[in-house]
Parts: sequence; structure tokens; C-alpha cells
Amino acid sequence: MSRQITFGKAINEAIETSMELDPHMICYGLGADDPKGVFGTTLGLAGKFGPRVFDMPTSENGMTGVAIGAALNGVRSVVTHQRLDFFLLAMDQLVNNAAKWSYMFGGQRSVPITIRLILGRGWGQGPTHSQNLQSWFAHVPGLKVVMPTTAADAKGLLMSAIFDPNPVVFLEHRWLHEMSGEVPAGDFRLPLERAQIMNAGEDVTIVSMSYMSVEALHAIDTLKSNGISPELIDLKSVNPIDWNTILTSVKKTGRLLVCDTSNETLSVAGEIVARVSMELFGDLKCAPRRLALPDVPSPTSHALTKTYYQRAEHIVESVGQMMGREIDAMPMIAARTNPHDVPGQWFKGPF
Amino acid sequence: MNIELRFESFVDSSAASIAALPESRLRDLLYSMKRLRFVEESIAAKYSEQKMRCPVHLSTGQETVSSAAGLALRKSDLAVSGHRAHGHYIGKGGSVERMLAEIYGKVTGCSRGKGGSMHLIDESVGFMGSTAIVGGTIPVGVGLGLAMQVKAQSAGAIPGQIACVFLGDGAVEEGAFYEAANFAAVRKLPILFLCENNLYSVYSPLKPRQPEGRRIADMVRALGIPSEAGDGNDAATTLLKIDQAVSRIRAGQGPQFLEFFAYRWREHCGPNFDNNIGYRSEAEYEFWRAREPVARLEQNLLERGIVTEAWLDEADRLIEEETAQAFAFAETSAFPEANDAFTDVCFAADHQWVQPEGMNEARRFETSYVAPQISEVALDSANVPNSVGVTAPPIVGTTSPTSLGGSL
Repeated sequence: MSRQITFGKAINEAIETSMELDPHMICYGLGADDPKGVFGTTLGLAGKFGPRVFDMPTSENGMTGVAIGAALNGVRSVVTHQRLDFFLLAMDQLVNNAAKWSYMFGGQRSVPITIRLILGRGWGQGPTHSQNLQSWFAHVPGLKVVMPTTAADAKGLLMSAIFDPNPVVFLEHRWLHEMSGEVPAGDFRLPLERAQIMNAGEDVTIVSMSYMSVEALHAIDTLKSNGISPELIDLKSVNPIDWNTILTSVKKTGRLLVCDTSNETLSVAGEIVARVSMELFGDLKCAPRRLALPDVPSPTSHALTKTYYQRAEHIVESVGQMMGREIDAMPMIAARTNPHDVPGQWFKGPF
Repeated sequence: MNIELRFESFVDSSAASIAALPESRLRDLLYSMKRLRFVEESIAAKYSEQKMRCPVHLSTGQETVSSAAGLALRKSDLAVSGHRAHGHYIGKGGSVERMLAEIYGKVTGCSRGKGGSMHLIDESVGFMGSTAIVGGTIPVGVGLGLAMQVKAQSAGAIPGQIACVFLGDGAVEEGAFYEAANFAAVRKLPILFLCENNLYSVYSPLKPRQPEGRRIADMVRALGIPSEAGDGNDAATTLLKIDQAVSRIRAGQGPQFLEFFAYRWREHCGPNFDNNIGYRSEAEYEFWRAREPVARLEQNLLERGIVTEAWLDEADRLIEEETAQAFAFAETSAFPEANDAFTDVCFAADHQWVQPEGMNEARRFETSYVAPQISEVALDSANVPNSVGVTAPPIVGTTSPTSLGGSL
């Protein structure tokens, strides 16, 4: 029987179930026990688990190191930050300690911590509240970097992240929290390193991640109605990348479009285009493409974000060009009722 | 020389401290300091052979805090440190041969050749790791203490267990220190912060780094952590102060901070002396050399008959022999296979998680550092055991027995 919950509730369930399974696990972050509960994702946990769920000083770097030390002494943690941007202060602890502890001490001990970071888009979040820096994390050996799209993945991947013996950066897109999907109850885990084919097709491989997979799902409806058969791969993990799934697909389709939520240059999309070009050069029917943000900081004004973000119509247009076809995206655009800078009518701000 | 003023404001309380400590602990303290001094000076002497191919930050001149902490802490207490960690590691009881093998880049090294001098670990004695980023392990040490608090009510909890964070004067300038100290104070965590103020961050003196007249201990006290400063060249007093702070933490009084003035003799990194390059003066160096901690304790204990010349000779012999064996182990050990560069990046997802060995119940009341016994019997060369520091005949020619298991 179908059990529909939101992506945010799935996160909440993953933490709750994990804390039931591991009596020493802790969960903290600024506002982890406040009335809003980090977009609802930590609501009710403090009431159920008492001091194992707690608020913290505004000390992102120090508290990341604390999580590392707790892990070395047998206590797993989920640490939550309401914006990825706030966490940049903690790159030292994450990169110099968490990512390298296993390696630099010859594999004696690893650091099972999960860092939840929330990515943004639109609603005036601007330059320092909506950065999508997944490629920073994915560049560091020793870190696993997860970007779920669906509610089921949110739960299944977060539980796997928590029980993985390594540090995992878990990137949640703010625009996904209210999206619903079927999610199994109880202990539900999905492999961290496997991409998922969301739509099987023959003509073109679209690889996307996180919220861009939602735009891609809209795009493939239009592509299909125009007689194009796209294969959509939702990455789910950007380190490690599931190369097998990607290469198998591109070998079949001969065309690759990668959609990234981040700035274009040196992006995850760039890495995928590079690797596919190197390994499948002879199989490609046209040059691979990537769709990502321009190489400027995120603007704030409603007016400035209109042309900044990539949407379904850009995917449609790109695929059309790769196929040598002109596809009319206007019906899709005309059918849209949401303003461009919010995830849905439900979103009224403020953050 | 501003530091002279700071230093001379300390009253010499070594006589009272020596009187207050059991003789066996004083001998253990001296032995540990002499041992550390000899290991470090041996590294300096052999560094030019080009077989130790990594940076080394030697502790010569700064032996006191390492050795005293090793005596005050239990094996089950956990410790972390920074780039100048040889002393902290050895003081806590870490294997000297595995440290040297690590510096030689050998597979038998404590980090299997992947860490070098700046990444030491010996979980079997609760030394949980040293890393090379200034201040980087301070929050990690606080996290070790948080886990102790989280697990306090569970079956595996070790009563009175604490975490020790070794840091220097440069590290207190890092935001990580403030953040971690603040959290330790908020949560009343069982953390001992041991700060060795050696006056320099690489070549940068305190003057451009910290406001004149503000003591580190005073600043930390203002964060809500009981703090005290002391003369790190007075080994007996240092041990007493650390003992007292440890007792307060074990009694549940929360984090404690101790600042000790110390002086590194050699260059920031490497085997040489560097008074000639211009960032510090020969006069300053001589000022500190005149107060150096090992000879000072040795002299004090000799004068009081707590050690004898014969004891000292035997201690030197044991230390030299142990160190020679450790270097031989390092030099004759194999290098890692080239393919080892590609292992240990991540643990397998199904890896079984085990507790650090230092938390083993059976070890919980052992002192971190265990000095070998030096006896009059051993002074007879026919009876000297070959396995130094392992088998140990009883007692020097004074009244109290040499401690084997520590007095805590």
C-alpha cells in the first residue's frame, strides 16, 4: 500500500529510526530543537530523544570537530546546517580531519559523521544563502557526497549515510522538502553510490542531480510528446559517481546532457562530460553538453534570477539542438502557474 | 626581553612541590623526561642521514608537560595533539619504535607510513591522534569528551575518564580553540586543556599576535574555564598542577585549562639550532637554557637523595639501549608497498566498528606512562635485563618503591 510522505518528513524519519537503532547517536545543529525544526526535518526529535538532540553554539567549524571527536569515541552524529553557506567555516575540520582521518592514520579508525547541508535557489536568497558547492566536497578524497532527489531517496540515503563508517556530506535542496513520494516505513536504506535511471530511453542521456532532476522530469514530458526518447539518470551521489550507469547509458544513446545545480566551470557536470568524452569519444553522435549556472554569484532580485537559473525549457532546448530538432517549449511554459523563484504555490517565504 | 618579566613573576615552588610528591613519581617523571629528551636529540643527530624524510618538530626543552601529563593521565584517558607531538605521544605511553618507524616512512610505523612525524597515533594507550593543522585537534578532543558524556550512563562508560587536548600558544589564536573551549564550558565536558606557551608560532613572537599584558590563562578563564598558568620548566610543580586539574575534572567539575611556559631549543621544524637567523636572540636562548627542566629536576632529586648517581647512570643506559633498539627497528623495517598509497581512503560500508583499545576496561586504572624500574640489582651488569622497560627488578636504594602502575 502506498505510503506518501514529504521529502522533509522522510529526513525526519531517517534520523528518528537511526536514533532508535543506535542508542548513542546524537543529532545537533543550530535550531535542531527549535519550534521550526530546520524546515520540519528535526521536529519532535528532541521530545523523543531528549539530550541526544540539541542546539549548539554558532560555531560551525568547532562543532564539526566535536562531531569528529565524538565519532572517534564511538558516538555517531548527524549535524545539520540550515544553509550550506554557513558551513564554509567548517571546511578545515571536514577536509583536514574528517576526510583524512582514515588515510593519514593508516586505516585505523574512520569518522562516521553525517553533515546535512541545505542548498537554495530563488526567493532572494542571493549570493551567500544559495550556493551549490557540491563540487568542492566531491573533489576531496575520503568524503562521500550525496544529493537525493526523491522522498524515498532522502530517507534511504540518509539512513545509509548515518550508518556508513565514513564522513558523508548530505546535500538537501530546499525546493525538495515539500515534495511527496512513496517512502517505506522503518529501517530503510539505499546504497550511497548508485545512480538511478528515472526514465529509460534511447536517444539522449540526461544526467542530473537533486532539484535539477525535477526540472528534467518536466522536460522529458515535452521531449516525449515531441517523439524524442530521453534516458534520465538521477545521480543521487556525486562522490563516488556511478560511472557504470552513466557510461552504459551514453554508449547506448550516443548523446549526453548533464544538468547541474551549481556554477558551470569546474562543476560535477564538467567532470562527467570530461570522463564520458575520454572513454566514449568514438560512440558520441554529437558534442556532450552541460547545463549549469553562469559563473557569477547568485543574484538576489526577483528580476535578476529570471535568467540566472536553468529550467525545464533549457533542457528541452538543449536536447533539441543535440538532436537537430527545434522543439516548442511554449506549451510547457504556458502551463506553469508558479512564479519562477519559488518551488511551488505553497512557498510564501521568508526562507 | 618581555618574556623574562612574565617568567620571573613565577615564584620557584619546586622545593615544596618535590616535597609534596611521592619519590617514585618524581623518579618516573625524571625518567620520562630524560627518555623524551634522548629520543628527540637522537632524531636531531640522525636527521642529516636523510633517512627520516619528513618534517620533524622536536620537543627538546619542552619535556615537562608531556611527561607530567603522561603520569597524571590514565591509559584509558584519551588525548590529541598537534604538529609538535612527539613528547605528548611518548609521554602518553605511545610506542617509541612505531613512532620512529613512522618518521622513517616504514610500514611498521604507527600510521603505516601514511602520517609521518605530524600524524602520530597509538590508540592502545589512548593517544587518539595528532594532526598538522594548528588548532585542528582541539575540537576533536572536545568531541572525545562529549562522547564520554553521552555514554556516561551506558554499560561501557569508564568512570572518571577524561580527554586531554595538547595545544600551543599559537593555537589559542585560532577560532577553533574559542569554539571548542566555549562548547566544553557550556556542556561542562571532562576536558583538560594543556597549553605549552613556547612564545613563538614558527618564527612569529607573541608581540604581534597577542595583546601585551594579557595572559592566555586569564583570557581562557574569562571564557568560563578554570585556568592557571605555571612555569613549565619546574617539572614537579607542573605535575602537581596537572594532577590537581585532573582530579577536578574527574570529580565532575568540567573543563580545566593550564598554561605552561616552555621553550623549544631547536628550530621550529628540523634538527638544527636557529638562534643565528635573527628572530630570537642568543641571550634569550641562554636565559631559558639556564632554567632547563631536565637538568633542573635531576639536580633537585640528586640533592635530596631521591635519585643517586648510580640511578642516573642506569637510567641513561636503559634509555640509550631502548632508543637504539627503536631506531634499529625503524631502520630495518620494510617500507610500505607502493600500492598502499591507494588504500585506507574510505572504510568499507560494512566495517565493524570497534571501541578504541584505550577504553578497554582492563586498562582503565593504569597510568599512561609506565617507567621501567631501576634497581640496585640492575646496577650489577650481570643482572641487567635485555628487554629494557619490560622486565624490571625492584626498586632503587631509597625507601619508596618505584611505581609500576602509577599512583592514581
